[in-house]
Amino acid sequence: MNIIGRRKIWYAISLLIIIPGIISLLLRGLNLGIDFTGGSLLQFQFENTVTVEQVRNVLDQSHLGSSTIQLSDGNNVFIRTKPMDEGERSKLVNDIKSQVGNLTVQRDEIVGPVIGKELAQKALLALAIASVLIIGYITVRFEFKFAIAAILALMHDVFVVVGIFSIFQIEVDSSFVAAVLTVVGYSINDTIVIFDRIRENLNRKKRTEDLESLVNRSVLETMTRSINTVLQVVFVLVALLFWGGETTKVFTLAMLVGVVSGAYSSIFNASPLWFDFKQLEKAQRSKNRAKTA
Amino acid sequence: MNARKTLQLVALILVVAIAAALSFTPIQKNMKLGLDLQGGLHVVLQGVDTPDHKVTRDDMKQVQAIMEQRVNGLGVAEPIIQVEGDNRLIIELPGISDPDKAIELIGKTAVLTFRTADGKVVVEGTDLKEAKEGMDSRNNQPIVSLTLTSEGAKKFADVTRANVGKQIGIYLDNDMLQNPKVNEAITTGQAQITGYASLDEAHRMALLLNSGALPVKMEMVEKRTVGPTLGADSLSKSQMAAMVGVGLIFAFMFLYYRAPGIVAIVSLILYSIIVLGAMAMLHATLTLPGIAGFLLSIGVAVDANVIIYERLKEELRAGKTLRTAIEEGFKRAFTTILDSNVTTFIAVAVLYYLGTGPIRGFAVTLGIGIVASMFTAITFTRWLLRSMVGSGLIKNNKLYGA
Repeated sequence: MNIIGRRKIWYAISLLIIIPGIISLLLRGLNLGIDFTGGSLLQFQFENTVTVEQVRNVLDQSHLGSSTIQLSDGNNVFIRTKPMDEGERSKLVNDIKSQVGNLTVQRDEIVGPVIGKELAQKALLALAIASVLIIGYITVRFEFKFAIAAILALMHDVFVVVGIFSIFQIEVDSSFVAAVLTVVGYSINDTIVIFDRIRENLNRKKRTEDLESLVNRSVLETMTRSINTVLQVVFVLVALLFWGGETTKVFTLAMLVGVVSGAYSSIFNASPLWFDFKQLEKAQRSKNRAKTA
Repeated sequence: MNARKTLQLVALILVVAIAAALSFTPIQKNMKLGLDLQGGLHVVLQGVDTPDHKVTRDDMKQVQAIMEQRVNGLGVAEPIIQVEGDNRLIIELPGISDPDKAIELIGKTAVLTFRTADGKVVVEGTDLKEAKEGMDSRNNQPIVSLTLTSEGAKKFADVTRANVGKQIGIYLDNDMLQNPKVNEAITTGQAQITGYASLDEAHRMALLLNSGALPVKMEMVEKRTVGPTLGADSLSKSQMAAMVGVGLIFAFMFLYYRAPGIVAIVSLILYSIIVLGAMAMLHATLTLPGIAGFLLSIGVAVDANVIIYERLKEELRAGKTLRTAIEEGFKRAFTTILDSNVTTFIAVAVLYYLGTGPIRGFAVTLGIGIVASMFTAITFTRWLLRSMVGSGLIKNNKLYGA
């Protein structure tokens, strides 16, 4: 299998997913949950089946018309509104109890707008710090070109996850931040294992083998490992997605998209990018040589 | 067949099995469950700056002391009340049955009063100018000195004169902080309270006295409550997910790698004991993201095995004997595992450093997992694999996946 030779195809596939994601991000942004925007989230468990309209009617009376209402299994209803104070909230709960039906409050969350803003800032800061530290480590253990290729592959995964969540307007909460950063950790892990093999093969390079086939061979030699490892993580994530309940859905979904993207970028983007950087360096060098000659 | 190696192999597996059986109950007992798994209340309060007063660390310490006092009355088993940053206070009340009552209690302004034995309020917090801890120069005992306002001094003089030899209780809201005895009439507006075990205790008392009302206005910036049934539901669902996920991994490892697959499974069980045991010993709180973190860390742990076994197969295919293949495989796999785990660890460390609450719990679990997985993969897995080969029970290379 010729992976390096067909690298333009792999780059194209990546761009095909990333570009619509970026366009969607610019046009619509992410569907930010109350963790980011500030607001109230209530989860009620009703004793009997209720409809969205019944709940909506009560919210309209309380001038909370712009709220979102979502039914879930087990007679659970999620309501997201602007931030409410204690008085507003207990009035709403009582109104719904008397007009819709008896219920227990399962979740009651209020997040102030300050907290949300901080969360977004911290997320970006975390990504930046992690990237710089990882570049540093890879530069020391490998070389700078490996670091840049790895960071590009990692950015690929961040954009894939964030882009897909923007395209489908899936609501994101604070666990989304943790998921993206964990994806970064996993994806870099995959990439390093392949780079490690390239490094090793370079040290035992045969004269007859050119760089392209060496890189290609390294990717192929580590392919089984890459696939098997991703499979194990996917097993866990699929189990969490189907059996883990509502609360961790966003996290699991983001991880799943990210881990698959991470495996792809490690195999099909990171090493080809490094190869391209090497080619550029070589071209530059021969140009310089031509000049001096 | 080598009897000694066979014995070693059986012994190693037995040790892991016994460790798993013995550690199950203590781990379960010592593992604290987070609010999301047992239900409870999480509140973040923020001190509000005014044009002429910026919130200080001391203000926050006072607020913390008052909140501790208030929460104590609620009968919550393990409340957490801590200052975060310069102006925030986090209050966590796990397992609380009536969160609304707690919110009301936390949100109100405390009132400091001095009352006589029959409950009559004789002096109020506003009459007190300052309370300060110190050491009594005569007997070197910790004391709290009170300075009263001029009006307070008058009231205090009347009260102490009428109550010599009796006790006057000091109350914050309706909780008695202390019940000192009046030794003599105090007319100067300067009083001293004795009877503290340490200067620290006197300091705490002074804080409370100074803060008859909260020193600064506190605003609730975040509140999360989880009902106990939702918590229990999340716990049982994530346990189910954990079993399915781990089951799939075990099945895959056995079907794909055969004999080394079994070694990986035993190693993963040991790995789980180490991670969960470390969390129980650190009194870490198990949260929903924490469970996800633990499961994902099994993914990392199994990766170390996968890297080693893939190496092993390559070495076998290159025509090496089983024994040298294993040694070579481990040697070569080591740098790979090290470099790949260090980079993952960097991401996790950043997550820990910048995260709060449950996200931190997630980072801790994953971080412990990475370190523990390197340890088990490099030491225990190798040991087990050597005994398996040495025992001669499994000679066929096919059973090593080659």
